[in-house]
Amino acid sequence: MATYGIGRVVERTLEGRARGGEHSLRPLLFLGALWFCLFFALLFLVVLVATTLLDGAARLDLRLFTEFPASAPERAGARPAILGSLWVILATAIMAIPLGIAAAVHLEEFSNQKNWFNRFIEVNIQNLAAIPSIVYGMLTLSALALLGIANKNMVWVGALALAMLILPVIIIATREALRAVPLEIRQGSLALGATPLQTTLRNTLPAAIPGIATGTILALSRALGEAAPLLLLGGLVYLTFDPNGFASGYTTMPIQIFNWTGRPQDGFHELAAATSILLLVLLVAMNAVAIVIRNKFQKRW
Amino acid sequence: MVIHTAVRTGASLPDRPYGQLECEHVDVYYGSFRAVTDVSLPFGIHEVTALIGPSGCGKSTLLRSLNRMNDLIDGARVDGRVTFMGEDIYGKRVDAIEVRRRIGMVFQKPNPFPKSIYDNIAYGPRVNGMRVDDMGDLVEEALTKAALWDEVKDKLKQSALGLSGGQQQRLCIARTIAVKPDVILMDEPCSALDPIATAKIEDLMHELRDEYTIVIVTHNMQQAARVADRTAFFTAQVDETSGDRTGVLVEFGKTAQIFENPQDQRTEDYISGRFG
Repeated sequence: MATYGIGRVVERTLEGRARGGEHSLRPLLFLGALWFCLFFALLFLVVLVATTLLDGAARLDLRLFTEFPASAPERAGARPAILGSLWVILATAIMAIPLGIAAAVHLEEFSNQKNWFNRFIEVNIQNLAAIPSIVYGMLTLSALALLGIANKNMVWVGALALAMLILPVIIIATREALRAVPLEIRQGSLALGATPLQTTLRNTLPAAIPGIATGTILALSRALGEAAPLLLLGGLVYLTFDPNGFASGYTTMPIQIFNWTGRPQDGFHELAAATSILLLVLLVAMNAVAIVIRNKFQKRW
Repeated sequence: MVIHTAVRTGASLPDRPYGQLECEHVDVYYGSFRAVTDVSLPFGIHEVTALIGPSGCGKSTLLRSLNRMNDLIDGARVDGRVTFMGEDIYGKRVDAIEVRRRIGMVFQKPNPFPKSIYDNIAYGPRVNGMRVDDMGDLVEEALTKAALWDEVKDKLKQSALGLSGGQQQRLCIARTIAVKPDVILMDEPCSALDPIATAKIEDLMHELRDEYTIVIVTHNMQQAARVADRTAFFTAQVDETSGDRTGVLVEFGKTAQIFENPQDQRTEDYISGRFG
């Protein structure tokens, strides 16, 4: 009797599922649509990567790293652009990371969050993160004009624009990393007689470093792939020497790619594709490092 | 394990405690809300004082006002006087940092720092700039006093987050001891622990009583009866006109008296399980 009762209940439930459940037409259609969207997005990526690889593989040799740009594609390489990218990213990191972390620490740990001015800043940092990169190029350009600096093609000038571009991203990532550190950790530190500054520097900030590192690396990889503001700041030059300092002239990989794609000869298009592969590998490597850091240190309490 | 003496009673405990830490007509506000009203209470030197009472009666709030941890909450304010060795800890020239060093605190949830066991203990002395001849000795001493040394002596460099909950809580007690405070405040230190870990912490309190003044907030009346020399019973009083709830001190006395011979009907009702 009892068994029969339970059996009936189960039967009815299963039947109910079958009518509007996961094997009926509508959910299957929806699932199919989702898979199609995913497929479509992946298709673009695969085509893009595959054509770039096919075009550029032939020129992905040592010459790309050792040669300077030249009028004949077979003698040309991206050496100054590669070095330039490294210099610019280094300068960007030096400017943006300390400033971004310090700003985030102030906003998260010390400022009064109820103060209207601080809330105004907070909203605007979110806005800044969404501003098109070329605007930062224009901003830097007008700042240089005000300062009367005529020579724009310097590593630190490009880095300044990129630093402003990624500063909001670093601030937001750092704040989130700090917020993930439990309040109890801060209280424990303060209850031992540590000052708020000691608590931040010795406890909260070190605990947040994995999150900060992840966000910062992702931000730097965005800066590495950026061309627009640098084009505006005179990064598009024909360089026949190695960039060798923060005040040196420079060009970067994205700009070099932009330059070469605009040339009529096929050889330059191959070079552009080869440089794209290199840039792609660098970006994937940086993102991989960020992901490894995130996974390794994820949730320690 | 050493068998500890039970709660001190009768003759070994003076009738009036010598209050190392004392509340005098203390009100605690959060903004305009008065969480605790007019509490006067001495915490006897080298005694364990338990604060008991139903949820929302302000005992944790009161505890947090004893070492100015309430300062960290926006809008929290203390009226009246809290004196430590006769000095008002809310006085103008008093440094809250120094107050917290002298009056340590152990929290409800174990909160070890995401550092090694060694660094957890060494953290307090380091941030306080204490002159320490040999940090290793100090770490050993603190861990020994917290009855944790034997369990962790071979893994001092390992992360404190790998310890069990009970070990973590004893580590937090060791960390507090390491800065050599005079008073240790404990905010329901066993509520997140299993009975065995709880028993270890309770044993520990009996030992620590010889050197420190201890104030413990607990929801567990048996625990208060087991560890406390004196007990203060709080309840939430509802204002007839405004309907606001506020915590008030109902009765304070030796633990044996509170549990065996309560003077106030509300205490008796609570202890016999009739409310709360």
